[in-house]
Amino acid sequence: MDEATERMGEQLRERIVQLFGRSLAIREVDAGSCNGCEVEVNALTNAVHDIERFGMHIVASPRHADMLLVTGAVTRNMEMPLIRTYRAVPPPKMVVAMGSCAASGGMFAPSYAVIGPVDSILPVDAYIPGCPPRPQAIIQGIMVALDRWEERSR
Amino acid sequence: MSFEEEIGLTPPMAERMERRGDVLCMTASKERFADLVATLHQAGGRLISLHAADERARAGAFSLHAILDLSGRLVEVKCMVPDGTLLQSLVPRVHSANWYEREIQDMFGLSFQGHPDPRPLVLYDDWPQGVFPLRKDFEPSVKVPRAPREYRFRRMEGEGVYEIPVGPVHAGVIEPGHFRFSVAGEPIMALEVRLGYVHRGVEKLSESTPYHKGVFLAERISGDNSVAHSTAYCQAVERLSETSVPERAEYIRTVLLEMERLYTHIGDIAGIALDTAFAVPAADGYVLRESVLDLNERLTGSRLLRSINAIGGVNKDIDREEAAKVLSRLVDLRQRFERLAATMLASNSMLDRVEGTGVLSWERAQQLGCVGPIARASGINMDVRRDHPYAAYRDMSFQVPVRVSGDVDARTRVRMDEVRESFAIIEQALDGMPGGPVRSDVKAIPPGRTAVSLVEAPRGELMHWMISGEDAPFRHKVRDPSFCNWLGMEVAVRGNIVPDFPLINKSFSLSYAGNDL
Repeated sequence: MDEATERMGEQLRERIVQLFGRSLAIREVDAGSCNGCEVEVNALTNAVHDIERFGMHIVASPRHADMLLVTGAVTRNMEMPLIRTYRAVPPPKMVVAMGSCAASGGMFAPSYAVIGPVDSILPVDAYIPGCPPRPQAIIQGIMVALDRWEERSR
Repeated sequence: MSFEEEIGLTPPMAERMERRGDVLCMTASKERFADLVATLHQAGGRLISLHAADERARAGAFSLHAILDLSGRLVEVKCMVPDGTLLQSLVPRVHSANWYEREIQDMFGLSFQGHPDPRPLVLYDDWPQGVFPLRKDFEPSVKVPRAPREYRFRRMEGEGVYEIPVGPVHAGVIEPGHFRFSVAGEPIMALEVRLGYVHRGVEKLSESTPYHKGVFLAERISGDNSVAHSTAYCQAVERLSETSVPERAEYIRTVLLEMERLYTHIGDIAGIALDTAFAVPAADGYVLRESVLDLNERLTGSRLLRSINAIGGVNKDIDREEAAKVLSRLVDLRQRFERLAATMLASNSMLDRVEGTGVLSWERAQQLGCVGPIARASGINMDVRRDHPYAAYRDMSFQVPVRVSGDVDARTRVRMDEVRESFAIIEQALDGMPGGPVRSDVKAIPPGRTAVSLVEAPRGELMHWMISGEDAPFRHKVRDPSFCNWLGMEVAVRGNIVPDFPLINKSFSLSYAGNDL
């Protein structure tokens, strides 16, 4: 991984320790993605990026999560599962809309099968542009979400 | 040569036969359609797709199309179906027609008499009755109100039988889908997969997406198969417009298609190590995959190889210097891959988990119409690259690995062998790349033409089929390989224990987005 990302990761680790005193627990939800975003979320945990060393942990259940990382334009068939997943996250909670589809609906916005971008259903703290965003962009987006969250909880 | 001689039988039910490029087109009456398709199927014809189009405005009826591969020849059977006709279901005679007919029922409102399981496939739960998105009088952007309706899962009853519902939101970072297991003790008695959660209305959107933008839409049908889908889309449009693609572009497409196969297959192989709790090769495998993604980015600017395919060729050349760099990187990747494969296959505790696990028999794979590495691991010798060559595959020398045990082990080893072939194909394509331009001008596309395009995606045979419209497809049917393989997994898990399910699922490596469209 490049030096700039290493530095960003280190900063993020310090922020997470300062805000939480422990790791940040992230639950990923595919709400209508093409699976391109999933390729990149999975890449975050490979030994090259290894985000666990920056204090980020991808957890199996929303009940263990501080943050939902949502991908895809929300489809009609995923609207309820997404809302139920959000409700299962204990407050205080953060939502990050990852990728063009989650942020704006992308190419799929005009479809009968799509409800809309994530913020038409849930309050969103940060948006990560890209199709799909590279792992570095995801790390940066999480950093932005923490800033917003801190402002919000003041 | 006559049609009869070419396909080796006389189809008495066909009203008319003609040739469109290398496709034999037959027309039948709606009464004889099922008989004709079943006859071709009995003669060895494998169903590639069954789909409809709404041609009521110009022909007064829907059209129904079956695409078959009859010993290496593509056959397309068509019939016209007026609104309200009750069609005869093919399923009792052609099992693989199952999901196609359910899909047509959801999207067009055509019904099939004698279908063993006529429940909705894509539009369920709260989709109102009588609303059919792929009909031309359905407004594409309309948000349809929710209307409660019940979806009944298949139920298995008996003493000690209980259900395990899983999903749509899973524990891992994967796509959404619902699995309903019926279990007695540890062994799985039955699994029902319910999908459609990431149904985005791709086929309807495509009808209002101009061809040049359609390439981007195609790349987003199943994200990790971007090149396969965009190539299939471009080839279909190139056939509609009779555009010939420069040879150099065909070679570049071949390189990209194999780069895509490399990263998906290596990810799937690493996934098997991960799910057998074999941490070291799993980590090695994912690092190797990352190296391929990195190489993709250096070559095209996109880790998932997006925006490089274009109608008429490719958007970016690979120059001599770049080709040399890639070739030298491949040497290293190859060595690392061989180390990974050797580590995995030398471990008895891994082999113990994969051998005999999740068996899909040749008979069932054949019946269900499975494709790709799944079919090849169950003894079916098929590969679009060899059987219906496209891009530069005619000039490439490669093997099609086939295994017969149909278990997780066979699927893993087939993928390992395919990775080796992919390395060799990339090297051949980069070494033998002819000169010249990489993109040609696209001619105007007259409306009403039909084209079919096949690609061997990493997950297997992929089909894009199109009728041209004014500036966009009039009808665009996408048949992702996963659509053929999901039912194979339902069969393969039976009798296995629940903890082996994730491993079997991984070995099938199915796309939800590609299936749901």
